[in-house]
Amino acid sequence: MGLLDYFLSSRPKGSANVAKERLQILVAHDRATRDQPSYLPQLQQEILAVIRKYVDVDMSAVSVNYEQGDSHEILELNIILPDAVHHHQA
Amino acid sequence: MARIIVITSGKGGVGKTTTSAALAMGLAQRGKRTVVIDFDVGLRNLDLIMGCERRVVYDFINVINGEANLNQALIRDKRCDNLYVLPASQTRDKDALTKEGVEQVLVELSHNHDFIVCDSPAGIEHGATMAMYFADDAIVVTNPEVSSVRDSDRMLGILSSRSRRAENNEEPIREYLLLTRYDPLRVVNGEMLSVEDVQEILSLKLLGVVPESKAVLTSSNSGIPVILDRESDAGQAYSDMVSRYLGDEVPHRFLHPEKKGFLSRLFRG
Repeated sequence: MGLLDYFLSSRPKGSANVAKERLQILVAHDRATRDQPSYLPQLQQEILAVIRKYVDVDMSAVSVNYEQGDSHEILELNIILPDAVHHHQA
Repeated sequence: MARIIVITSGKGGVGKTTTSAALAMGLAQRGKRTVVIDFDVGLRNLDLIMGCERRVVYDFINVINGEANLNQALIRDKRCDNLYVLPASQTRDKDALTKEGVEQVLVELSHNHDFIVCDSPAGIEHGATMAMYFADDAIVVTNPEVSSVRDSDRMLGILSSRSRRAENNEEPIREYLLLTRYDPLRVVNGEMLSVEDVQEILSLKLLGVVPESKAVLTSSNSGIPVILDRESDAGQAYSDMVSRYLGDEVPHRFLHPEKKGFLSRLFRG
């Protein structure tokens, strides 16, 4: 390795590392959504509609997570209720 | 029975047709009875890369529609007796590729060929899904570049869910990675994703690395598959790829920058 190479290699490494990090995050996310059942978005919509009949929550208050293990599947439902719960008057 | 290989990528311009032509020619030169099919209906290009564009009379869609039989549409390569080209239609719509029609052609070709190479169009629409549906093996052509790697990963998802093998719960398609337009110098300088980076992200068996090479353009200019340019780096890399596909253990080449003399090293950068 020449003297010049020594100085060159001390330069900060290029953009390839950034590309790799971005891709790792992106691909992990793509794969997670790819394995989900296709009914998931509609399920989320309908659950939200039912909850809204009773509680005034917004779209982001309901999250539906799907995880797949070796021999089992987990459907996780998370609903954040507002601080003061107002019941609709019938 | 022939083995059906799809050359796919998702992203356009990464080298699917160049790879299809090289693989088909390489297999045929090794004595395998091979046919290469252009699935890019409406944007036919394989005939140009193979150098047989003036000999196209009937095409894939004519055969599917019963307007010509296979023997009328197949073009025998003038350089290699074992190789046939089935061109795509330039005028029809891609919807003319019906699943039943494609299957019928593949079954007929299977009787007297060892390998059927399917050159997929870019994208994930009808033509591309037809090219991969009946495949036994898939070669995912990828450039060391973010959008290409991402699209390749997307294709892997489609290969594992929307193929005949997946639908029939058979042994899944064998998937291979082919990295093209690789520039070892830029990798060393940290400007380009390395083979290891791409493999780590896609977790695929590496079939080959084809370096960025002037030979690819010059070969396509004259309609000669680049694998026939034995002097060129790309030609040798493709030849290695064919050997590996057929089961030979061949070490990867062209992964490191060429060794340079003292002066050029001093003034590098």
